[in-house]
Amino acid sequence: MSRPPAIELRALRRNFGKTEIIRGTDLKVNAGERVAIIGPNGAGKSTLFNLISGRLAPSSGGVLLHGQPIDGRKPYEINRLGLARSFQVSNLFAGLSVFENIRCAVLWPLGYRYAFWKFLSDLRDANERTDEVLRLIGLTKRREVLAANLTYAEQRALEIGITIAGGANVVLLDEPTAGMSRSETTRFVQLIREVTVGKTLLMVEHDMSVVFGLADRVAVLVYGEVIAFDTPDAVRADARVREAYLGVPVAGH
Amino acid sequence: MQPALRFKPHDFWRGALWSAYALVLTVAPLIFKSSLALTMLSQIGIAIIACLAFNMLFGQGGMLSFGHAVYSGLGSFFAIHTLRLVSEGAWSLPVSLVPLAGGLAGMGVAVLLGYVTTRKAGTTFAMITLGIGELVWAMSLMFPGFFGGEGGVTGNRVVGQPVWGVSFGPQIQLYYLIALYTFGATALMFAFTRTPLGRMLNAVRDNPERVEFVGYSTQRVRYLAFIASGLFSGIAGGLAALNFEIVTAETVGAARSGAYLLFTFLGGATFFFGPIIGAVLMVVATVLLSDLTKAWLLYLGLGFLFMVMYAPGGVASLVMMNLRVAAYGKLRALWTSYLALAATALVALCGTAAMIEMVYHLQLDAALGNELRFMGTTLNVKALDSWFGAAFVALTGAGLFEVSRRRFAREWGRVQSEIQRLMRQGEGRP
Repeated sequence: MSRPPAIELRALRRNFGKTEIIRGTDLKVNAGERVAIIGPNGAGKSTLFNLISGRLAPSSGGVLLHGQPIDGRKPYEINRLGLARSFQVSNLFAGLSVFENIRCAVLWPLGYRYAFWKFLSDLRDANERTDEVLRLIGLTKRREVLAANLTYAEQRALEIGITIAGGANVVLLDEPTAGMSRSETTRFVQLIREVTVGKTLLMVEHDMSVVFGLADRVAVLVYGEVIAFDTPDAVRADARVREAYLGVPVAGH
Repeated sequence: MQPALRFKPHDFWRGALWSAYALVLTVAPLIFKSSLALTMLSQIGIAIIACLAFNMLFGQGGMLSFGHAVYSGLGSFFAIHTLRLVSEGAWSLPVSLVPLAGGLAGMGVAVLLGYVTTRKAGTTFAMITLGIGELVWAMSLMFPGFFGGEGGVTGNRVVGQPVWGVSFGPQIQLYYLIALYTFGATALMFAFTRTPLGRMLNAVRDNPERVEFVGYSTQRVRYLAFIASGLFSGIAGGLAALNFEIVTAETVGAARSGAYLLFTFLGGATFFFGPIIGAVLMVVATVLLSDLTKAWLLYLGLGFLFMVMYAPGGVASLVMMNLRVAAYGKLRALWTSYLALAATALVALCGTAAMIEMVYHLQLDAALGNELRFMGTTLNVKALDSWFGAAFVALTGAGLFEVSRRRFAREWGRVQSEIQRLMRQGEGRP
């Protein structure tokens, strides 16, 4: 029997009051695959992320992680099963240093849980892992700076760092390059590629160069429904996708 | 990789600070020998534990508890009942361990009540703690058997034969017991901030939402911290029971809870040692200031107001900011401003205090005549010149204070931007 998909959505629905934002979405992301979700504003991309990561509970339907149902579970329970996510607006521990931000994200996966009988400074594996992540995201020199005092691009890098630090094998990135300059974006695509080697990646992205540079497959979400899910080239050629983007050629978006 | 053992300069300073702390606790009663001083020192030791325990929630966990006297107060009650059982011979327990009984009680109560309160954070948490505080206060009047009604519960800390000459009868012996507990509790609470749970508590304060996405349950983190805080609060309560040998319903009351909050804030909640300063201020204010003037709560309120407005980080943040300025050798540029600030503030305070004292005299002590002594002068509450004089001094002081404050703010800003420039240079950034 083949491995179950890393993420599977089954007839997922979510409404806010009478408004249905996610309307029966089905999606299967294979393990090790990089998938980008694109779609016009208000299509429900962030809501979809919130449903998968446990920030919101679905109104109906199912979310499965490696074949295990996770819908309605708490975010920390889902995280412990190996799913980590980043946020569109940087969601950091503002009053803690860069180093502490990352360390907070490695403690649970390394099994330290709620320990109050161990000193942080003695946790060799946690500190080494933290240093390793800092090197990956290029913030080693800024390790003692408070997260609140970082530049915007550095905060975005830290956001990714916190997300991948725990070693989750399914990573959700919500618009990782939003608000970045062209050169920063190029650097960031490289960074994302490096930190997600061997992992399943699901990301929401508006920047089409990022989407086509990174994704193995692209899912197009319009009004809460996946209208296309295929390779970047096939999606680019899809007539319904072109229509959804109001005639604007996808590549030139 | 860096070697596991590496000597760092701040290790030395940390060791020096802890040694100094132990030294101060040890020699303080040898320097301040009067019985008043000894009473105050004992209370300061107890208050240090209580304020640090409160700050585990407030400063480190972002939990604003309006009913923290419940845990220290119930710790006191359980401790005094334990003490009674020990004196009656029903239990055999050294008196020196009675505070631990208070600690266990505080922890037990926190296990029960904390389960309810820590399910929520923010304003809801604050409201629930307020409600529970009122609940326990009401209960203290409903169950006189346990709470002793109006008179409270009394005990006697001298039990049996002295061990190695220690009976805890003389206050000095009790002081050293308190000092021992204070040092131990401070060390343990500091150690807590260096553990995974302690750090995640900071993370919960800064961003509870993100904590849930790195594998931690915020509720569980808050709950465990709450229990730890209950333990230390209870120990403080147990020591208070031994110290006063009487426990009344006031110890669980809202006023006590408010005092923990107020003085922890004044001392500085953002630094670990802030509440220690707050505890000293608390005892000095409640013992000395209340003796000096009937209007002490009013002065306290004014002081609190000024602190919230001008130095929301408390005394500790003032100390740390100035240490940073000093480390960059810039304190020299500021000292004239500090002198001006202090002098003008003193003038404004004198004038204001004169008027406050006259009002209090008029309202409360009118039977003693129209005159009162104030700082070496005689004021007449029925004479216009006294009022005009006081108002003149107050307004002049306030005006000059504002002028020097503005000048200071400018200089402070200049010094800070210079320091930031130096720091950036140190990091090798433009």
